[in-house]
Amino acid sequence: MSHLTIPKTYKLYIGGAFPRSESGRSYEVVSGKGAFLANAAKASRKDARDAVVAARAAVSGWSGATAYNRGQVLYRVAELLDGRRAQFVDEISSAEGVSASAAGAQVDEAVDTWVWYAGWCDKFAQVAGAGNPVAGPYFNLSVPEPTGVVATVAPQGAKGGSLLGIVRTIAPALVAGNTVVAIADEARPLSAISLGEVLATSDVPGGVVNILTGSPAEIAPWLASHADVNALDLTGAGGLDWVELEVSGADTLKRIVRPEPGIPDRALGRILGFVETKTVWHTKALI
Amino acid sequence: MKDIEPADGRFLEYAPAPESTSILKVRTDYGLFIDGEWVQGRGKSFTTISPSSEKKIATIASASDADVDAAVAAARRAYEKSWAKLSGSDRGKYLFRIARLVQERARELAVAESLDNGKPIKESRDVDVPLVAAWFFYYAGWADKLDYAGLGANPRPLGVAAQIIPWNFPLLMLAWKIAPALAAGNTVVLKPAETTPLTALLFAEIVQQAGLPRGVVNIVTGAGDTGAALVRHPDVDKVAFTGSTAVGREIAKTVAGTHKKVTLELGGKAANIVFDDAPIDQAVEGIVNGIFFNQGHVCCAGSRLLVQENVHDEVIDRLKRRLSTLRLGDPLDKNTDIGAINSAEQLERIRTLSDIGEREGAERWSAPCEIPENGFWFAPTIFTGVETSSTIAREEIFGPVLSVLTFRTPAEAIAKANNTPYGLSAGIWTDKGSKILAMADRLRAGVIWANTFNRFDPASPFGGYKESGYGREGGRHGLGAYLKSGASK
Repeated sequence: MSHLTIPKTYKLYIGGAFPRSESGRSYEVVSGKGAFLANAAKASRKDARDAVVAARAAVSGWSGATAYNRGQVLYRVAELLDGRRAQFVDEISSAEGVSASAAGAQVDEAVDTWVWYAGWCDKFAQVAGAGNPVAGPYFNLSVPEPTGVVATVAPQGAKGGSLLGIVRTIAPALVAGNTVVAIADEARPLSAISLGEVLATSDVPGGVVNILTGSPAEIAPWLASHADVNALDLTGAGGLDWVELEVSGADTLKRIVRPEPGIPDRALGRILGFVETKTVWHTKALI
Repeated sequence: MKDIEPADGRFLEYAPAPESTSILKVRTDYGLFIDGEWVQGRGKSFTTISPSSEKKIATIASASDADVDAAVAAARRAYEKSWAKLSGSDRGKYLFRIARLVQERARELAVAESLDNGKPIKESRDVDVPLVAAWFFYYAGWADKLDYAGLGANPRPLGVAAQIIPWNFPLLMLAWKIAPALAAGNTVVLKPAETTPLTALLFAEIVQQAGLPRGVVNIVTGAGDTGAALVRHPDVDKVAFTGSTAVGREIAKTVAGTHKKVTLELGGKAANIVFDDAPIDQAVEGIVNGIFFNQGHVCCAGSRLLVQENVHDEVIDRLKRRLSTLRLGDPLDKNTDIGAINSAEQLERIRTLSDIGEREGAERWSAPCEIPENGFWFAPTIFTGVETSSTIAREEIFGPVLSVLTFRTPAEAIAKANNTPYGLSAGIWTDKGSKILAMADRLRAGVIWANTFNRFDPASPFGGYKESGYGREGGRHGLGAYLKSGASK
């Protein structure tokens, strides 16, 4: 008995829901061998703005959660990602035209990335903060806080990166309590949307991560100029006119991470690229 | 009481107590300090005046593009040939020398600062200059401990740092920029503000006295063109700027697409929040210090007073009484509380914004004080009945002008305090520690003072959220702004 497959409709991930593009636009996604895989949603300016609204609304809840809680939620992402391994292996091998074992290794790396960053949630502040010995009767403490809404461009077409690339850009931004609007790999967006399904079922509150598929060249300028976006991670924007994106982001003095080739390493620096240092001076009584 | 209380209600009058300027030997004109030597500028020279008398102090050279090029080249040579090759402990020793020289010449520097900037001598003498020495002393000790700066083993300097500083704390801003840069092993080209170049030029003499290798510190004077040439110079690796948000934006655009690292300390519109359970007298002193320190020419000034509604009248009454005792006048007089506005241009901006405040319906009150005939002056002024949408609640005035708003609940105070594109500083006044901590968590600002205001320390990171800029100065964080990881590609 043969079973006729029921192909999934790949949509955007905004505010915890999976809408089609409000524009009604979609684009054809093909496999590494050129075969039709799906029609992905092609995000519009309105979708990008909706994603920023959702991300902004999610900031207070996510940044207000305890660091321990954020760590558990990110660990839960790893659990669920691992549980859906077969689907991701399938998507990666068809998108990238690689063997199942190579795809499996990429899923392993993605899972380990979530675990690694999950562990940082309640530790990075101890490494990046400071108790400051000021010359006076003050208790003076510096602590890192999230910047707010981070827009990221996932690596585009990076070898072995259709899933790992977007994970490596989203996960570090979430550690401190930022929320994210991510632009997926344009040509290989399917595992990014499946990652959205993992996030949606992993106790990550709606709006904390928003994933847009479509043309980064089209979407990134809308996010770079958006006044309610606090930081711009251009890691995967090397193939775009990223200088123009940086200039545009400067209008609202966004924190900007410049492009880098390939898939970014796991690094504490990627967490610290999206934090602000707050220093509080507490007066001590003269007793 | 009758015998000692004069008819105008003042309890005591003070005789003039001017600090002597004889300690200060100002040359009639100054060149640029490039590669360890004084050279003539190729731009059109300009005059620096004392804002309290409008009298000329000295003629100052202006650096052309070619001069900036020479300064960057000198810094590059020094970086490659001497400074980066020195051991950390030797770099540290040079910085310790500078700290000591600043202490030795402290009074002279304070007089020069008050003369050129217009700030009261009690501030330049007791705040600015001691902090300058402290800044060099603090970072001197870091120079041989860079492995502990938080960037892993063997962090590396960035190279040549271009540093542009404002006119409100001329020598202190120089120290904030130069001390961490040199400790980390960078060399610098620094441009002081056009209206306050004097102490940076005296600092060049200190650099000579300290025997620093030539080219490690270069000082180029000039206006905005000089600064712009420095920022866009291709051989600069780091740009550090303190000044307006508008210029900061331009700098961020100029460096877009380059390898340059940037630190920006920009404008602010800080909320100083007074709860009804605050010690009111202390809060009043904090409000005064928050906005009238340095004539309000402070990016982190507490320019928006948010006072809990039920104590508004009491706070404002006491504040007015306190402001009536402030002494405005000769910056070199040891009893002066409020000095001169730094420039005619800044005075015009303060006047314009104050007039707008009045036109928009806020109630204006100025301390009754005599305004000297010459120079640029503005009496301490408060506006009550200010709305969150008022221009004077949104725009940085950078002068001795306080906008007063009210709130009823902590949530309202937080919403109003954060209702600004800026996020540099904030103040909280309450006797309740748990309230301080909860408020501090929710205020989107880089520096928060609880039951105090405008405190600075070299060990304490300083810098803004949002459009107040990015990067930190001070502490280990400030050192990291001049380093890159030894492992980075």
